[in-house]
Amino acid sequence: MKIFLIVLYTFLLICAISVSFTKNLLRSVLTFMAFSLILSVVWMCLESPDLAITEAAVGAGVTSVLFFVTLKKINAFKER
Amino acid sequence: MKNSDRIREWLLGDESLYYDTMAVKSQSINDEQAAVEEELIKGSLDQKEKTFDTKHNREIRTVSVLYNILAAVFVIFIFVNLLMCVSYLPPLEESQKAVNNEVSQRYIEKGLKECGSTNIVAGMILDYRAFDTFGESNVLFIATVTVLILMRNNRKKEDGAVSDPDDRRLEPKDDIILQKAATFLVPVIVMFGIYVIMNGHLSPGGGFSGGAVIGAGLILYANAFGFHKTERFFTEKTYKWISFTALTFYCLAKSYSFFTGANHLESHIPLGKAGAILSAGLILPLNICVGLVVACTMYTFYCMFRKGDF
Amino acid sequence: MGPNLLNNYGQVIAMLMFVIGFANLLFHKNMIKKIIGFNIMDSSIYLFLAQMGYIKSHIVPIATDGAASVDQYINPIPTGLVLTGIVVSVSVTALMLSLCVRLYRRYNTLDLDEITTMLRKEGR
Repeated sequence: MKIFLIVLYTFLLICAISVSFTKNLLRSVLTFMAFSLILSVVWMCLESPDLAITEAAVGAGVTSVLFFVTLKKINAFKER
Repeated sequence: MKNSDRIREWLLGDESLYYDTMAVKSQSINDEQAAVEEELIKGSLDQKEKTFDTKHNREIRTVSVLYNILAAVFVIFIFVNLLMCVSYLPPLEESQKAVNNEVSQRYIEKGLKECGSTNIVAGMILDYRAFDTFGESNVLFIATVTVLILMRNNRKKEDGAVSDPDDRRLEPKDDIILQKAATFLVPVIVMFGIYVIMNGHLSPGGGFSGGAVIGAGLILYANAFGFHKTERFFTEKTYKWISFTALTFYCLAKSYSFFTGANHLESHIPLGKAGAILSAGLILPLNICVGLVVACTMYTFYCMFRKGDF
Repeated sequence: MGPNLLNNYGQVIAMLMFVIGFANLLFHKNMIKKIIGFNIMDSSIYLFLAQMGYIKSHIVPIATDGAASVDQYINPIPTGLVLTGIVVSVSVTALMLSLCVRLYRRYNTLDLDEITTMLRKEGR
């Protein structure tokens, strides 16, 4: 169990670091979505499933959709 | 633009995200509006060139170098501080830590008896700390109102200046794959959301997660079938009615304790059998209210960003 | 350095993520990167809080068989705090993103340096 948690923590760190080093916005938003999915699995390992459902539905779901819509709105301006 | 180029371009994350310029070109833009937009964008581009002429560069460069150095020092300083603090905290995963004091014992032992909900966390959130969750739902409502103020673009401008170009013209039309998937997925998602809300006091879940799941299902439905379909059942009026009734019911349900004394747990609402759906007194209706508020908030955020209106 | 640095490795990682998010916030010029950095700081604080409540070999605080003995469940209080925290951080993100869109509509760029120089040009 401990090893699994350590592996998840390293994935979290990799996602957090890679978000700050990617130049492209779309890629950083996708990495952030992966970050909050892994975080939802970490909540399960920490024995709090309430947080897992909320983080998955809210963190990975709605926040990432808002980021994508903002990116689209900004690119839509740049297109014309 | 062949599909392979588009995928390669999307993978490399170049200019246009995942649809070629054809799809993005707006369908029904009239000439006068296009002229005003062109002039707006051209004006700000000239402004950008003016601000970055050579005179400014030297000053900007020195400021940014100084800023980077100071920021790096500050970040390292904070990191060392935090590490020092964490190293003095009590060891993790031990039960006799200071944090597992009598408060959590009180919640765990009395939780089942007093609120009747087997899920002690839900009992704690919606019965012992009901006002905190009430404030939380108000925070969501205020966030929706603020986003509405910022993103609303359909008010009639006096000087006829073009507001934010409406996003509906740009959305890809009738994507068959998405529609077929949505016809199957959306009912399952909404049903799962309702299940999570209804079983908030029995199994893990509750108002927040169930509402978020339903909100995500609505977003998928709006994405697949366009906003004309969702405007049939979700307009400004429905949002107003849902959030007002949910918040006022929550307030009325929990403010009786102002009259019946400080410890407002002795409500005469029967707690029912521990495992039944209708058990745990007021927790189920409160969960439904919080779930409705969260679902409406999540969907309204998406509506505000996409079409600046409900 | 105190005695428990190694067996509190989870909290060390949470603090490391907090610093990464904070550095992200400071060093990136683009507003959207700053918002992502802010969200990473949020999540790391929630991770730090939830770990305080975790007790080894204790299970989820759901009293299925009615037996509510303390040494069976983990501490439910941090879970309750973090649950409301996650939903608040979504509404904060939505607010920041809508401000970003308005900023882009006005200045046609999200780069903070360009915006500050434009503001100084306009003499505000």
